Amino acid sequence: MSTQLAGTGIADRTGAIIEDLKGLEGPLLPILHGLQEEFGYVPQESLPVIAQALNISKAEVHGVVTFYHDYRAHPAGRHVLKLCQAEACQSMGSDAIAAQVKQRLGIGFHETAKDGSVTLEPVYCLGLCACAPSAMLDGEVIGRLDADGIDELVEAVRL
Amino acid sequence: MSVTIYIPGDSGALALGADKVAKAIEKGIATRGIDATIVRNGSRGAYFLEPMIEVATDAGRVAYGPVSAKDVASLFDAGLVSGGGHRLSLGDPEKIPFIAKQTRLTFARCGVTDPLSLDDYKAHGGLTGLANAVAMAPADIVKQVADSGLRGRGGAGFPTGIKWKTVLDTTADRKYIVCNADEGDSGTFADRMIMEGDPFVLIEGMAIAGIAVGATKGFVYIRSEYPHAVRAMQRAVEIARRAGVLGVNVLGSPNAFDMEVRVGAGAYVCGEETSLLESLEGRRGIVRAKPPLPAHKGLFGKPTVINNVISLASVPVIMDRGAAFYKDFGMGRSRGTIPLQIAGNARNGGLFEAAFGLTLGAIVDDIGGGTATGRPVKAVQVGGPLGAYFPRALFDTPFDYEAFAAKDGLIGHAGIVVFDDTADMLKQARFAMEFCAIESCGKCTPCRIGSTRGVETLDKIAANIEPEKQIALVTDLCNTMKFGSLCALGGFTPYPVMSALNHFREDFKPAPVAAAAE
Repeated sequence: MSTQLAGTGIADRTGAIIEDLKGLEGPLLPILHGLQEEFGYVPQESLPVIAQALNISKAEVHGVVTFYHDYRAHPAGRHVLKLCQAEACQSMGSDAIAAQVKQRLGIGFHETAKDGSVTLEPVYCLGLCACAPSAMLDGEVIGRLDADGIDELVEAVRL
Repeated sequence: MSVTIYIPGDSGALALGADKVAKAIEKGIATRGIDATIVRNGSRGAYFLEPMIEVATDAGRVAYGPVSAKDVASLFDAGLVSGGGHRLSLGDPEKIPFIAKQTRLTFARCGVTDPLSLDDYKAHGGLTGLANAVAMAPADIVKQVADSGLRGRGGAGFPTGIKWKTVLDTTADRKYIVCNADEGDSGTFADRMIMEGDPFVLIEGMAIAGIAVGATKGFVYIRSEYPHAVRAMQRAVEIARRAGVLGVNVLGSPNAFDMEVRVGAGAYVCGEETSLLESLEGRRGIVRAKPPLPAHKGLFGKPTVINNVISLASVPVIMDRGAAFYKDFGMGRSRGTIPLQIAGNARNGGLFEAAFGLTLGAIVDDIGGGTATGRPVKAVQVGGPLGAYFPRALFDTPFDYEAFAAKDGLIGHAGIVVFDDTADMLKQARFAMEFCAIESCGKCTPCRIGSTRGVETLDKIAANIEPEKQIALVTDLCNTMKFGSLCALGGFTPYPVMSALNHFREDFKPAPVAAAAE
């Protein structure tokens, strides 16, 4: 029963977001961004509602959601830590940094800590290539990441 | 009189603690009862000096950097507001060698002005290009851009004027201007910097493009990894709309042009123009086969100009100062200026706008100051993840589209990533294939399958399994990917792989076997 109620809630909130955005030209990505902002992920229950509203098949919506790295199928941890793994950061030791962070947090990339505190993800370039190695914690940017920086990050995600 | 203190709000400066510095300065102003205003400007691009703050004194601006929050008290004690001497003082920012040696045309205002003040923008020459354009016939605007020699700064180097002319000459009930701000290449941050530091110049460039080709609607597609740039552009569009720079009567003329900011969703391949159009339309970012060209059938099947941020942001200065002025800079068929982005393991990392033609060696050694680690430079990757690795032996190559192509490289979006002698080029080659496998849209086989086979083959070399055979195989595979892929992702991944293999063959040799224990 309660599952059904939650389902209805998601459908209603999805409908409100669609209503806001469906007048845009090419509204699907803005709608999906809106859903992810609302729920922290893109719920399966939202897909048929979108399909109906935009007059496309549910398979098409599913195809779009799964194509893009940003859209989550499940909620992330309380914090999201992204470590840049692209070339400019590699040249400044991002591999070693990632290895240390993984070890300290006890999780790998694309994993969430068991206590739900943090999700760790690789990112391929934050445009901070002259301040490498770089990272992003909950949308805040961090440059020239070093041992002290890792300590601060590990501390911050435990909160 | 209130003194103005500039503290960059650029995300590169934020990543180095600019917000903490701003808070400390705000507190200092309050507790010391100083009459000062803080402006969050963009960055001038000298990231080795960021956070670099500036004070506008009667004798001009005085810069300090790199400043951390704990330096702020001593800066106030030294008389910061009157430009007092301090160990972090850099004097007149325009005289800092890294800044003084540049030719700032596109980035003239970036780091100097308040990014969201239209008055500041106009006071520094902004909107003159657009004002000139609204008084001209569309064909004359297109001719001026063509005559300037401007070529696509996203990497392909296609002449911007020809693209615009094609759209102008195609009749349709609706046309679009799309700005590709999906700057995914590692080592590049010029698009991010200009959107955060001088967003109006991009809006002005897009409005000029719209008037030139008869398009009334524009989109800026910004990657989601750039939240600060997204916010800056959204605010700037609002301001421009309220001021009549955008809308039904651009600058009071009969021309209509408006635009929207759209955010990507973490797909590198959407930097490819047709894939970006698919994404804007709300589909998977799958590359389209060409023809039809976007100039004929682009966004929603309508004629579309799709240009990189820097291409569009370079248009206002061309319309302001004239085609001949812009064309006068550069070499060969590479005209005007290019924002070089010196990144990675560089001592003086940052953005350096200069006329085409500097040699790679001058850029890396003289301007970039060699490596941050102080070790010898081993390789430089130019042009992002799809660009070639250049050894020191090719440092005499001038920065020019054709000169780089002649050395089996590309200038791409002008990102230059420096590696010291600890770099393992086999590992870098493997990463190029791995990245292609992660980001492939999956439409064409050479890219989708080739990248994964490439990773496996390079792994075999690392494991010393018939390395010579694997090298022949990977060479053949690269040939297939280069000529058989639909777009630059699969087509250019061979550049980093083959350049690593050709210039750094020693890294592809089996590791020397440890002396036998017996």
